[in-house]
Amino acid sequence: MSTITTDINLTGKIVKAFEAMAGKDEHRQEAFNRFQKFGLPTNKSEEYRFTPIARALEMNFNFDEINSSSAFDSVKEFLIPQLEANVIVFINGFYSKEFSKIISPKNELEISNLKSAIETGEAIPYFEKYLTTKADPFTAMNSAFWQDGIFVRVPAHTKVEKPLLVLHINDATKNESIIHTRLLVVLEEGSELMLIERTASTGANNILHTFAEEIVVKENASLEYVKIQNDEGKLHQVANTMIHQSGGSKLNTFTLTLSGTLIRNNFNIAIDGENCESHFYGLYLLNGNTLADNHTVVDHLKPNSYSNELYKGVMDGNSKGIFNGKIFVRPHAQKTNAFQSNRNILLTDTATINTKPQLEIWADDVKCSHGCTTGQLDEEALFYLRSRGIPEADAKAMLLYAFAKETLGPIKNEILKNYLDGLVSARLNQF
Amino acid sequence: MLVINNLRAKIGEQQILNGINLQVKAGEVHAIMGPNGSGKSTLASVLAGREEYEVTEGEVQFDGKNLLELEPEVRAGEGIFLAFQYPVEIPGVSTINFMKTALNKIRAYRGQQSLDAVAFLQLMKEKMKLVEIDQSLLSRSLNEGFSGGEKKRNEIFQMAMLEPKLAILDETDSGLDIDALRIVANGVNKLRTKNNATIVVTHYQRLLEYIVPDFVHVLYKGKIVKSGGKELAIALEAKGYDWIKNEMAVA
Repeated sequence: MSTITTDINLTGKIVKAFEAMAGKDEHRQEAFNRFQKFGLPTNKSEEYRFTPIARALEMNFNFDEINSSSAFDSVKEFLIPQLEANVIVFINGFYSKEFSKIISPKNELEISNLKSAIETGEAIPYFEKYLTTKADPFTAMNSAFWQDGIFVRVPAHTKVEKPLLVLHINDATKNESIIHTRLLVVLEEGSELMLIERTASTGANNILHTFAEEIVVKENASLEYVKIQNDEGKLHQVANTMIHQSGGSKLNTFTLTLSGTLIRNNFNIAIDGENCESHFYGLYLLNGNTLADNHTVVDHLKPNSYSNELYKGVMDGNSKGIFNGKIFVRPHAQKTNAFQSNRNILLTDTATINTKPQLEIWADDVKCSHGCTTGQLDEEALFYLRSRGIPEADAKAMLLYAFAKETLGPIKNEILKNYLDGLVSARLNQF
Repeated sequence: MLVINNLRAKIGEQQILNGINLQVKAGEVHAIMGPNGSGKSTLASVLAGREEYEVTEGEVQFDGKNLLELEPEVRAGEGIFLAFQYPVEIPGVSTINFMKTALNKIRAYRGQQSLDAVAFLQLMKEKMKLVEIDQSLLSRSLNEGFSGGEKKRNEIFQMAMLEPKLAILDETDSGLDIDALRIVANGVNKLRTKNNATIVVTHYQRLLEYIVPDFVHVLYKGKIVKSGGKELAIALEAKGYDWIKNEMAVA
């Protein structure tokens, strides 16, 4: 089997799928041209060196199936217990009116269909503004193929009291699923929102899910953004997320990756204002054959802002972690404080981590640091705990929990924090 | 309680224990003394189950059970406690949580019910007094940023909580000033009963002024070369370890 011919086959399948798609416009055609120009990233593309996405798509997807229907009669198991939240549910990529429920008043939280918001012109000023088709092959692919999405707007000086939980549930019980979803969120000046996004997949067939997520955080607005990636199914996911921050805004993000076949997060923050504060946290606890790749960018475009990035990972079994963190400090961004740290623990000889911190600074009056560490569990500490009667598995979980819990630090909502804490502990007890 | 027969152990290619024989009965305090590198800490580590050491020969019976087959946590359940020479700092694990987990695991092993939060705190308060340890220390991460004396007091506090049958104190006096030494020794003495036993591993006689041993053994080149009562420790202090070394050289 030669790579070149199969590559052509894969591209051919995607071209066919695009040709067969109804309701194409010029914009989608342009995006598709862009995608073709990019081509699918192979291991020769620097940004996808360790993540063999083209090969995975080639081996596992036909691109000719209609997304399978789903027979969910409840989404309860995917909700966060005790958390009173606005819930938006997508099932196999389409908004589900039946399962979605908005409890916040309209003057606090405006939610509409993204396609309609583009038609009315409401979404036009933001759509593909900060996250363009040029960013990544998969943003181009998403722009060409996207099926459904939402537009969320929080009016100026408004605090949304209840969090917004967006659930993406994929059911690949019957056949393969290919899903492209968009999210456009605008926090107007001085507003506050807590956004939780969760993907959950079931079924034995393969799923490809791309996301294009654009989040605009205007002056003095504040966003807490938590992503939970815990997919039982054979999910291949590429999420492109861009958060654009204006002056005085605050950002807290946390990405928890537990399961999935291949998870790629391209997570970008553009700090385009002074006196911004960003906490950019992530935790990946992997086992089996899961591959999780976090590519992050923090781009300081203006002076006097602060960013702190902390990603930690534990890899068991044959799992594979990848971290690539770029920090840019542009020439005008004097007095920037930017910190980055990536720490990893490998539990087996067959688990791997590729980590690469990158710092590019063009300003001369800044405080920046970055660092990464990779190690094993501390044997001396393990023996100490065991010598006090704590069985090996519990002692391991205790040490790993001590390692991991720092990443949950910035989350303020206690119910959510406890829930995440529970997910983390449950996973650590399986190691 | 403890019977050691011809115990030989090595780490890597280096043979450290060369045939140890020792018997410890309930109610007794044994001191193991010896110059640096004689194998004192190795003996303590092998008894507690540290995996880097490979036992090449011999056996250790603890209450009739083959101790060397047991995992470290099972030994703890059976009643072995090692007070570490260098207690490990474990950031992110709170001392109280750790203690509660350890105690309840050991209670479960011994077929006792778990202590609830109230009963646990009550027991903790009682044992804290014994070693004069402050509660603020216990709400911190395990041993993190503790001074040398605080770490050793924390070891004795854990020992008080877990109520072992056999406590092995590995160089507990090292790095302690005289006040800390007195507090630690007092704690150990108060925990002594006719049902438990203590092995004190030490380089100096100083600690033995506070914890008075029934038997003193001198370890040299991985073997017990001399045994006696507490007067042996005093003789060692006066004559130094060269006395033993010379005697061995002559023999």
